[in-house]
Formats: sequence, structure tokens, C-alpha cells
Amino acid sequence: MAFWIASSPHNHNQTKTPNLMRLVIYAALPGVLAQWYFFGWGNLIHIALAMATALVCEFTVLSLRKKPISHELFDGSAFLTALLLGICLPALAPWWISVIGTMFAIVIVKQLYGGLGHNPFNPAMAGYVMLLVSFPLQMTLWQPPLSLVAVDLNFTNTLTTILTGFTLEGYSVEQIRTTIDGITMATPLDTLKTNTGLGLTVLESIESPVFGDNFALGWEWINAGFLLGGIFLIFKKAIAWQTPVSFLISLFICSFIGYSISPDSSASTMFHWFSGATMLGAFFILTDPVTGATSTKGRIVVGLLAGLLVYLIRTAGGYPDGIAFAILLCNMSAPLIDQYTRPRTYGHIKGDK
Amino acid sequence: MDNDIAPQNSKEADVTDNIDEQEAAAEKLQAAADLKAEYKELAIQGLWKNNPGLVQLLGLCPLLAVTSTVTNAIGLGVATMLVLICSNVTVSAIRHWVPKEIRIPIFVLIIAAFVTCVQLLMNAYTFGIYQSLGIFLPLIVTNCAIIGRAEAYASKNPVKQSAFDGLMMGLGFAIILIILGIVREILGQGTLFDGAELLLGDWATVLRIEVMQLDSQFLLAILPPGAFIAMGFLIALKNAIDNHIKTKKIVDKDLVIERVRVNFDS
Repeated sequence: MAFWIASSPHNHNQTKTPNLMRLVIYAALPGVLAQWYFFGWGNLIHIALAMATALVCEFTVLSLRKKPISHELFDGSAFLTALLLGICLPALAPWWISVIGTMFAIVIVKQLYGGLGHNPFNPAMAGYVMLLVSFPLQMTLWQPPLSLVAVDLNFTNTLTTILTGFTLEGYSVEQIRTTIDGITMATPLDTLKTNTGLGLTVLESIESPVFGDNFALGWEWINAGFLLGGIFLIFKKAIAWQTPVSFLISLFICSFIGYSISPDSSASTMFHWFSGATMLGAFFILTDPVTGATSTKGRIVVGLLAGLLVYLIRTAGGYPDGIAFAILLCNMSAPLIDQYTRPRTYGHIKGDK
Repeated sequence: MDNDIAPQNSKEADVTDNIDEQEAAAEKLQAAADLKAEYKELAIQGLWKNNPGLVQLLGLCPLLAVTSTVTNAIGLGVATMLVLICSNVTVSAIRHWVPKEIRIPIFVLIIAAFVTCVQLLMNAYTFGIYQSLGIFLPLIVTNCAIIGRAEAYASKNPVKQSAFDGLMMGLGFAIILIILGIVREILGQGTLFDGAELLLGDWATVLRIEVMQLDSQFLLAILPPGAFIAMGFLIALKNAIDNHIKTKKIVDKDLVIERVRVNFDS
């Protein structure tokens, strides 16, 4: 009788990729539901479109690359990419936006680099940035929260708006976005940026109805939903807590410094936390195991860097929200950060190679 | 070829004369064949195997920056080709008198002189293209493909071959520019030959083709990142074709070897 000798690790975690992906998709549900409650069906339709496109693209590329199709097609990663992209898109963007974005994300950003586990950039964010750069007009057609929209945006109306650009009654996207006073409503972040550029103070800006009672009407609850899902993921040990925590702390510190220096022209710390895509980025995208840093210290550095970049892009950049750009920049620097934050091997002295 | 040796020649001198003549003729024929082979090789190298755009990846800066429309691509392609031919000819003509130590500055000066000529010509005759190419026209001076050919080929070979080499390399570069221009213009604006009248004169407005009607421009294709992606696809396509040819050749070889064996055995 011989002893069967195995090298470490001895304690295996039996989680498989599909299970992890499914868990992340479930964790995103509270945020998606909040989005549905405040902004209507638009994002759900875009998520469905993106998922269908992702399935077709993944199938095509996998069969071209002669890979095991059923195994990789249903590992959930394509669905997760499609879900994240669908959440990010403006609710009333035309249908081809989500189709082109998903095609780019799956075919070019993910599969051309070698498929899941080999992509240097987060596919959903790269797809989003591609759309934002290529179609600036359509990608800024943000829909105001339902409570501010004069048109009844039920499911069929939203669907026809996405497919044809007009509701059944013939209202265009521009008309939906316009208040009774004839002012086009933008997102809170966008409004704040424009108003600050016009010389208005923050206090004057948040008089606008899109800010609601607290920080940002609707957006705060979406962010709270994603925060809830993120905490669930940390609790389930699906993501490391270091990245989101250091990211949020970094954003908090940056916005606190900005607010302390000039409270009239910078938004509050909590506004930065609970508007835009902060929580989605912190818990669902920055924590991507493929494109993020892998060491504990590295994750903290990536989080800090991302927080700083988001704050800088939001306040000084050309776009109102900077989560996607910040995350792509962090994806680029992640290998370098990993290089310099390599954990000490047990038993070795620090600096000893 | 006429290789018959006349058998009735009796005088030795005649025979040797004849042999000398024949040798000279054969050499001439050989030289002509060599030259032909060299020209063929130059063409293959320039257009496919060693294409400046696809394989050497030289001159990527103008390649990616100005290929947003076919017209711009043709403008820059022709300008680069002209400069490449002229500089190759000049470098080759003066190759015996250029000291080795300072050859690079001399090559750069020659190229710069020709670029200035082309720039002035384009400024005079195709002002629209001159404006839309902008800085990338004078930047042809720094195009590594040109100094690369001057250094690698023209400085060691006769004028005729160098001129042909310049033509083929320039053509290879221009073709890649034009293909990229076609892809990017169709994806970005849905048109072909938009603004061709700037390059070719007023009659060329009829060349403009509306391939598809786009509601909004696909900016990615027009911006440099789109050029990088399209370039990547072009290189991948070239490599795929090369691999395909390679695998086909191996199969052919195997077949040949089998037949030979069968013949010897029987």
C-alpha cells in the first residue's frame, strides 16, 4: 500500500465558474430592481438585448475557435458581461447601442484576447467606453426618473422608443427628457457638472428636480441596491473586500478634501458615493478577478487609484461620470501594481528573491 | 534558347570563339534571368512577404492617423510612394561616394528634400488634401519605411533595381493605406471616396459612393483606436492566409515524396 502524496492546497473550494457568475448575477438583482422601479423597463430591455447578442457572439466565436461550446457558452461570464453593460446603458438608447456594445465586448475585448481569464480589460467597461467614445449623442440620452417624466413610459412605450426612437403616441426621446418648462433633464452628475461650469454653486444646482430629496433621485436607491448586493458578495466570499473598501474610502477622502476646500463648487462626499455608477463599479466591476490586481496589497492600491481617478474625472474631466474610464486605466496598471506588491513567500526574508 | 554546337567546325579558333560567344550569351541569359528573378522577388517582398505596413509595421503613425477616408489614404500613399522611389534612386546613384560613417544624415537630407518637393507640389495642386493630411505630410521624412529601404536596399544595389524596390514597397504601403481607408470610411461614415474631388479634381465628385445610410457616425472607426483594431484584423488575415498556404504546401510535398518512393520500389 502506498501513500498518495498530493501537494498543497489540500483544502479545495469546490466552486466552479458558472456558480460564481450566477452568484454575482443574483447579487446584482437588488440594484437592477431599483433601476426598474425608478427608471422603468429600458434597462431590462437592454439587458435582454445584450444577453441575446452575447449568446450569439460567444457561440460564433467559440465555434470559430473550435472550443468546447456547451462548456464555455454557459459558464455565465458572457451573461454577466451583458448584464453589466445593460445596466450601464442609458435606458432609452436605441437598440443597436446594446447590440454593438456587446459584440465589441464579447468578440474583441474578450474572445480575441483568448477568452475568459485572458482579457486584459473588463469587457463590459471596454464595451461601454467604446460606445461612449463612438456614439456620444446616443450615450448621453439619459432618461430622467419615471416620477419626473410626463409621458407614460410603460413596457410597450419603452420598447417602441428603444426600437424606433418614438413612443406609441409619437413622443421622441428628446421630448421624454424635457420637463414641462422645456428644460432637458440630465443625470444629477451631468447637471452638477454643467451648472458648476456655468458658475452656479452646488446648493443652487441641487434645486433641480433630478436631485430629489437626498442626493440623486432614484440613483441613490440603485446605488444602495448594488451596495447591498456587494455586501452579500463579500459575505459569500465571492469578491475580496479590499478593492471596494479602498475604492470607496479613496473616493470619500478625495471628495472630502474637495468639499473642505471649496464647498460651493464641489459635491458632498455622499453624493459621490450614491450617484452615478459608484457602487456598481466598486463591487461588481473593479473586483473582476481577471482584470484586477491579485495580491491583497495590490487590490488596495488599485482601489485607491480608482477612487482618485473617478474623482478627478468627475470634477475635472470632460465626461460627467468616470467609473468606466477609471476602471480601464486601473486594468491597465494592474499587472504593474501586482509586480510591485508581490506578497512575501513564507519563510523568505523581505527583499530576498 | 539556341544551344546547338555546329559539328562541322574544324578550326580551333572558331571553336573557342564559338564557345566564348556561347558562354557570354549564356551568362547574359543567366544575368537576365537573375534580374528577372530579382525583380520578381522584389515585387513579392514589397507587396506581400515584407510589406512595410503589414509585416515590418513601419510608418504606423501616418498609417493609423490619416486613413479615416480613402481619399486621404490615397493622397498619403501616393506621396509616400513618390518620395520612396525618388529617394531610393538618389541614394542608389550616389552610393559609391557616400562615406559610410555619415550615410544616415545624408539619407535623411535626401528624403527631406524630396518630401519638401512633394509637399510643395501638393500644396500647389491638391490644396484640400494638403490641408487634411496636415502634419503627416512633412512627417513622411520620419517614416521608417523610407529610410529603412534606403539603408537596407538602395545603398547596396544599382539604380534600376532600387527604383523598382521603391515602387513595390511604396505600392505595398499604399495598398494597405487604401484598404484601411476603405474599411474605416465605410464603417465610420458609410461612404467611399468622400472628398475625392480634393485629390483628383472636380470630375471626381461622381466617384463618391454612399454604401450605407448611417444615422450617426461610428466615431470609433474614424478615431485612431479603430485604426489599430482594423490594422490588427488585417495582419491577422495576412497571417491566416500565410498559414493556409504553408499547410497546403506541406501536403503537396508529402504527396511528391510518396510518388518518388513508389517509383523507386517498382
